[in-house]
Amino acid sequence: MGVEVLSTDAMSGASDALLTVTDLRTHFHVGEHVVKAVDGVSLTVHKGKTLGIVGESGSGKTVLSRSIMGINTAPNIETSGSVTYNGTELVGSSRSTMRKLWGAEMSMVFQDPMTSLNPVVKVGRQVTEHLRSHQGVSKSEARQAAIELLKWVRIPEPEKRLENYPHQMSGGMRQRVCIAIALACGPKLLFADEPTTALDVTVQHQILNLLSQQQRERDMAMVLVTHDLGVVATRTDEIAVMYAGRVVEQASTSTLFDDMRHPYTQSLFWSIPKTSEPKHTRLSAIVGRPPNLAALPPGCSFAARCPYAQDVCREQAPELQPTEDPSHLFACHLPVGSDEGRRALEVNVQLGLPQAKSAALRATVAGGGR
Amino acid sequence: MLKVVVARLVRLVGTLFAVTFLTFGMTALLPGDPVNAILGVETVRDPAVIAEIRADLGLDNPFIVRYFSWLGDAFTGDLGKSWITDQQVMETITQRLPVTAELAFLSIILALIFAIPIGVLGAYKQGKWQDNASSAGVQVALSVPNFIVGIFLIWLFAVKLGWLPASNWSRPSTDGIWANLKTAIMPASALAMTQMAIFSRLIRSDMVSTLQENYILAARSKGLSDRFILFRHALRPSSLSVMTIVGINFGALLGGTVIIETLFAIPGVGFRLINAISQRDIIVIQGITVFIATVYVVINTIVDLLYAVVDPRIRRR
Repeated sequence: MGVEVLSTDAMSGASDALLTVTDLRTHFHVGEHVVKAVDGVSLTVHKGKTLGIVGESGSGKTVLSRSIMGINTAPNIETSGSVTYNGTELVGSSRSTMRKLWGAEMSMVFQDPMTSLNPVVKVGRQVTEHLRSHQGVSKSEARQAAIELLKWVRIPEPEKRLENYPHQMSGGMRQRVCIAIALACGPKLLFADEPTTALDVTVQHQILNLLSQQQRERDMAMVLVTHDLGVVATRTDEIAVMYAGRVVEQASTSTLFDDMRHPYTQSLFWSIPKTSEPKHTRLSAIVGRPPNLAALPPGCSFAARCPYAQDVCREQAPELQPTEDPSHLFACHLPVGSDEGRRALEVNVQLGLPQAKSAALRATVAGGGR
Repeated sequence: MLKVVVARLVRLVGTLFAVTFLTFGMTALLPGDPVNAILGVETVRDPAVIAEIRADLGLDNPFIVRYFSWLGDAFTGDLGKSWITDQQVMETITQRLPVTAELAFLSIILALIFAIPIGVLGAYKQGKWQDNASSAGVQVALSVPNFIVGIFLIWLFAVKLGWLPASNWSRPSTDGIWANLKTAIMPASALAMTQMAIFSRLIRSDMVSTLQENYILAARSKGLSDRFILFRHALRPSSLSVMTIVGINFGALLGGTVIIETLFAIPGVGFRLINAISQRDIIVIQGITVFIATVYVVINTIVDLLYAVVDPRIRRR
């Protein structure tokens, strides 16, 4: 993957980049192995815009968002590359510099609201303790702010809820509390790391809508991390698709859905259940499992599961390259929609590869998945 | 909450039955006739005198009869009179228990004052030199017997520096709190040493696992200071094990500070208990044991109730 800045500035103007990530690498040293959880990722987040990061479990998206914020703690972690926030370099900067940004300028909503709230601390204190430490507001002001915040995230009877402990609330309520915590200091950048994965389906939409609404009202930038391409479809301006620690395709949301190039993006797209399909249609799962990040294959890391993969894919890792549209990047030798890609799929169908057969079937039913 | 207390009281009664019965049984099994102890070695062994004393003490009755007659009296608060000194057992306890209790309490407080920062630091700097140094220190503290610590303290602070009295006990009621603390601080420190080591280890290991919780990462991502996270977020959920051991140790200290009490000539419960045992003064042994058992169970009940204060999730159960 290239070291040069792969920005999408051309689309929205260079001046409004809030966060620029360049060739970020996060490697975990486990025994003799190096687990490359994030391996050369470059991204730009623009002021007030939403970037979706999509990928399976284990694709490195959670580690990526934590690396950008710099909140990984384990001693065996090595982070390199560059993250600039509003012109400030974050990689390698001191704890005290980071602490001033955390919670105040950038904040995070975690995946599991059941474990991300302290079970022995009252909700009221958890919502405002960082407001007090960052802005030095008094106890009574903090209480007022907490009530306001809980109202914003639509928690009924906020005065009463302040005195609650987390276990006295439902999962959806707790995630609302987590959002209130993240919003408390008015951050300019919000990371939402699979904010709805641990919640009921009915609650998921409420939480996502709440996040989008707050993001718009506050003109806040958001990084929405999810495994569900369906979630980001209507809620993001741009999408980066991650696989095995790398970005494999990146584009504005509409471009990505109209003109997806990477077979992995296509597979993710196909695995969204669609109501237009007849009942009992078999869900299309991606064959196999993500590769071991401690022992990545020499070529494209998706090759083993890809319906299109040929020898070139197994031998040579594809670089992230632009399409005709400079803001649309993908890393594939035999992209979806190309003649080479079509021929490769035919070859693999002949060879009897299961993923190729289902992809070919899918392509005839859905018209190419594009 | 009320249900818990009632259940605890029922358990207390059961425990006391078992404790009193067992102690009574043990003392009955002790070799040597208590009458010998009362009369002393020099006395002429006149069978008539011995028989009279036996009858007087009720020693001729069967074991069960003696047990229940003692138990009946104990229920009315009468733990009997010493066969040797003629002192009421209840009086002995009210005189001596405050001394031992103060010692136990002081030593636990001292131990916690040092154990909490050491344990927290060890967990925070896990695997770094601070952690290794405190582990090594704790290992030393654990392996030195408390009377050795006591002797060292006497040598240093009483003999060499002359800051503190080497032994004896000043009661706060007669000599004032300051004089009292001056006599209490050395024995309490000697007792605190091992406990400090144990407490700090427990806090460290609980804290290590607490620090891996998601809510600690979430607290970090809010930009809170490490100190705030350690003491205001992580310490409470990491204190359940240490609370249990504090409760158990407090009970154990009430009955078992014999060596330190002897070393510092402190008129505590343990000192008296050892005397009573060597004199076959069964009534005193019995009374003190029951009293300690009661306090022990009460303390452990308080600890159980404190769990709910520390961790609100327990309150619902």
